[in-house]
Amino acid sequence: MALYPMEEYDVAVIGAGHAGIEAAMAAARLGCKTVLFTLTLDGIANMPCNPSIGGTAKGHLVREIDALGGQMGVAADATFLQSRMLNRGKGPAVHSLRVQSDRAQYHLYMKKLLEHQAGLDLKQAEIVDILRTDGRVSAVVTRLGGVYPVKAAILCCGTYLEGKIHVGEVSYSGGPDAVRPAIGLSESLRQMGLPLRRFKTGTPARVHRDSIDFDKLERQQGDTIICPFSFSTTKPLVNRVDCYIAYTNEETHRVIRENLHRSPLYSGRIEGVGPRYCPSIEDKVVRFADKKRHQLFIEPMGLDTEEYYLQGMSSSLPEDVQIRFLRTIKGLERVRLMRTAYAIEYDCIDPLALTPALECKAVAGLFGAGQFNGTSGYEEAAAQGLMAGINAARKVQGKKPVVLSRSDGYIGTLIDDLVTKGCRDPYRMMTSRSEYRLLLRQDNADERLMPIGHEIGLVSDETLHRMEEKYRLVAAEEKRLQKLTISPDPALNRLLEERGSAPLTQAVRAAELIRRPQIGYRDLLPYDENRPDLPAEVAEQVEIRIRYAGYIARQLRQVEQMKRLEGKKIPPNFDYHAVTGLRLEAIEKLSAVRPEHIGQAAGISGVSPADISVLLVALQEGNQ
Amino acid sequence: MWTTDTIAALATPAAAGGIAVIRISGADALPIAERVFSKPLSNQQGYTAVYGRMAAQGKTLDDGVALVFRAPHSYTGEDTVELSCHGGVYLANRILRALYAAGARPAAAGEFTRRAYQNGKLTLTQAEAVAQLIAADGEQAVLAARAGLDGALARRLDNEKETLLQILARLSAWADYPDEDLEPVEWETLCAELSALAESLGALLRGYDSGRLVREGIAAAIVGKPNVGKSTLMNLLAGCDKSIVTAQPGTTRDVVEETVRLGKAVLHLSDTAGLRETADPVEREGVSRARRRMEEATLLIAVFDRSEPLTAEDISLLESLRGRAAIAVLNKGDLPAAVEEGQLRPYTGYTVTLSAKEGEGLSALIEAVEELSKLNRFDPSAALLSNARQYHAACRAAEAVGEGLSALRSGFTLDAVTVSLTDALAALLELSGESVTEAVVDEVFSRFCVGK
Repeated sequence: MALYPMEEYDVAVIGAGHAGIEAAMAAARLGCKTVLFTLTLDGIANMPCNPSIGGTAKGHLVREIDALGGQMGVAADATFLQSRMLNRGKGPAVHSLRVQSDRAQYHLYMKKLLEHQAGLDLKQAEIVDILRTDGRVSAVVTRLGGVYPVKAAILCCGTYLEGKIHVGEVSYSGGPDAVRPAIGLSESLRQMGLPLRRFKTGTPARVHRDSIDFDKLERQQGDTIICPFSFSTTKPLVNRVDCYIAYTNEETHRVIRENLHRSPLYSGRIEGVGPRYCPSIEDKVVRFADKKRHQLFIEPMGLDTEEYYLQGMSSSLPEDVQIRFLRTIKGLERVRLMRTAYAIEYDCIDPLALTPALECKAVAGLFGAGQFNGTSGYEEAAAQGLMAGINAARKVQGKKPVVLSRSDGYIGTLIDDLVTKGCRDPYRMMTSRSEYRLLLRQDNADERLMPIGHEIGLVSDETLHRMEEKYRLVAAEEKRLQKLTISPDPALNRLLEERGSAPLTQAVRAAELIRRPQIGYRDLLPYDENRPDLPAEVAEQVEIRIRYAGYIARQLRQVEQMKRLEGKKIPPNFDYHAVTGLRLEAIEKLSAVRPEHIGQAAGISGVSPADISVLLVALQEGNQ
Repeated sequence: MWTTDTIAALATPAAAGGIAVIRISGADALPIAERVFSKPLSNQQGYTAVYGRMAAQGKTLDDGVALVFRAPHSYTGEDTVELSCHGGVYLANRILRALYAAGARPAAAGEFTRRAYQNGKLTLTQAEAVAQLIAADGEQAVLAARAGLDGALARRLDNEKETLLQILARLSAWADYPDEDLEPVEWETLCAELSALAESLGALLRGYDSGRLVREGIAAAIVGKPNVGKSTLMNLLAGCDKSIVTAQPGTTRDVVEETVRLGKAVLHLSDTAGLRETADPVEREGVSRARRRMEEATLLIAVFDRSEPLTAEDISLLESLRGRAAIAVLNKGDLPAAVEEGQLRPYTGYTVTLSAKEGEGLSALIEAVEELSKLNRFDPSAALLSNARQYHAACRAAEAVGEGLSALRSGFTLDAVTVSLTDALAALLELSGESVTEAVVDEVFSRFCVGK
């Protein structure tokens, strides 16, 4: 193939999905001359699976992306169709925002954003090779032979890398939504010594609205008061659609069971590892054989389309079987498929080969994000894309990387999990992955991360000041409530008794009353003459801070303990083989991960506490 | 750089005894031992013994047995040789010096056990039990330490951890999958589970106190007015004349201390000055020290003269026994009685009549001590917390479970409950040594004596 030189860039981003968009926007906004390559400009910000953003823990990620100066939250607010705060009533730590998105509008919004970003070029081209000079990325090469000299490159190839689609007995090379797969890049990466492997994921069928009997389904409406994802969204938001719930039944399961032999998963034709947290319907039926029914959500794909998405029904069974089992479901008896469900296999990297800055250990200047790093989900991808974009830009500019810790946010937890523990199946964020859930709430992502986003250079002074003003109001109101006394009052005591809380016999501080789970900040309004008129998000913070103060303090102590271990640095070229008290498995794992501190070392699977104590002794004696 | 070089040390107490055992452990244990021992050991299989002579610089020092252990089947998990020689500090030290000259280095405190822990031969709680075994005094203490070594505590902790993990897993599913039709987390079930867990941890903590009495002995003070026979009793218990006994009241002016074994109990006894008002400044200091000691003691042995009616001073002493762990002893049981045990009962449940001078009635005192310290009901094979580190970690776990339970009962959301339970699990993992903080490792291994 004849190669020809093309324009030089600081940063090349390969793939314009949710990771690539954040990476390219961050790099360009931080002053790097950036180019974003995509297989098709019509596939930018595509949602090849669920037309939805957020969900448990994922909603946290979107808020954190927004606080750091990323794009996903703003775009989600601009294009959503229905919004729900999940887990309301289960406590602030697990509240999670989820919206149903207009898939086409989301794509258009993001495409426009990229097109208007200064310093960012958007190009439809397939990257087939990455060139190195002295172990460092030096250029990327397109299918047509164009050679773009670059200082850093970010791999955000999603499920396109050597993608292979499976539907029943049929399989073919391809990417999601009939886009071509990326062929050849894997080989280039392998030659650089990157450990690639095969993962699998899947998606359910899309069906025509007219073939659904909505009156047979449970309706699920959006929230009356809608919280936006983004701190900068101020205009009021409205829901435009409803979603619906249906259930599989024993007949559905029978059809699936009788056709399992036609599934590529069970016949062994798929070698990739699928996500444990998002199983296909045939997986659910087999693994939870005693469950009489499984839930599915029927969700619109957009305002300008009749396509509906069947959440919970991902499958790689043959098309005829899909039609048969779907038609056993109440409300879907005459359902017509528009897109068949399929499974897709793709190449991705073992994330243990990455540093906490998401840079490949083996190749300087080469970064990875999203499904390429072994995760699943748009939000996980966007979070990594943002961090990879930031760190690629900083690398080019000769700055130290930004690494968020587990106690900074879910993003820090996600990346630490990936590069320390690795993953054996597509990694999904969950609230239980964080040990600091009550500190890392979605409602305080702005407070936690905006100062960092501002320092990086992605959050404006104006936004930072607005955030600081919000928390100044919170602190002042909290202080006022700590002082304010509330006297016993018949109406108040009636309310207390109604809610199952002890009535007052003497005056108490307002804060003490709010600490009772049964009583909210708003309930005390009639007894609080001088209450300032505060925005809802300020009132919410005040209530959470007062009520959960004890638990927050407990978590802060845990963070301190972790910080002490994080403070025990391990020299970057520490020779684990010289520590002969270490078990062989530990030596191998530690040498592969090269943890930066004891806290990270302790998180590596296969490294036992006894190994850590050997390591501590070795480090101690090395210091003497 | 820390390496597993070969270490050697005396594994038996550094005192005169029948047999002394020297342990050599590490990659070169066999070749190094060979340089001191007259027979080849390098080809010896594990678990075999060789009889031979031990020599230094060509000079035979002793004859004895070399026991060979092959990695990983040894205490430390490394190649190990144990040389049994004839007892005696001098001889053992000569052999040790020869081993050091042959390439071994002296083991640091607790180093054998540390290697055993690091090679996965012992859990952390087992490692601590070894330290305790070495330091154990009484028979009960040895049994309790043995139970720790066999992992009674580790097994008990496994159960608690499993319970917590299951609860936390349910709470996680509940939080992370709001839209799935999972079984709801039932408030009552959760309350019941947490109560049971709190109760179990509470029992473990309560066991610590009797466990500690076994391990550390009981601080006991012998008190009473002058000349009721306190020092005679002390001497009887100590088995020798430790306190000066005269007919002169006020002879014991300072606190005399002795550690004695009394049945199953180990008592750290203090014989104190007789309690009375006195003008003598030296005696007055003695009396005030006696009162201090009385305050500090876990067990009071209050002595009264059975042959004389109770005085105002006696009554005042009896008053101060109320609510304390105290035994009222009517001494001089060999003389005609002027006081009956019944007169003492209103003040303390434990009364004993004896004659310290004649050595009669001691078994009644032993019984009372055991009963009072609950040592007769102490089960040395049960899971026991054996040191302050374990106790504090268990305390933190119990406290966190308690906090979670009260949050649940007062209507807090489950995310708050989860915070407490995660903390409880962390404390239990730290207790069992599965989650390591540097403090844990430091503390555990700084307390081992050389040898084991």
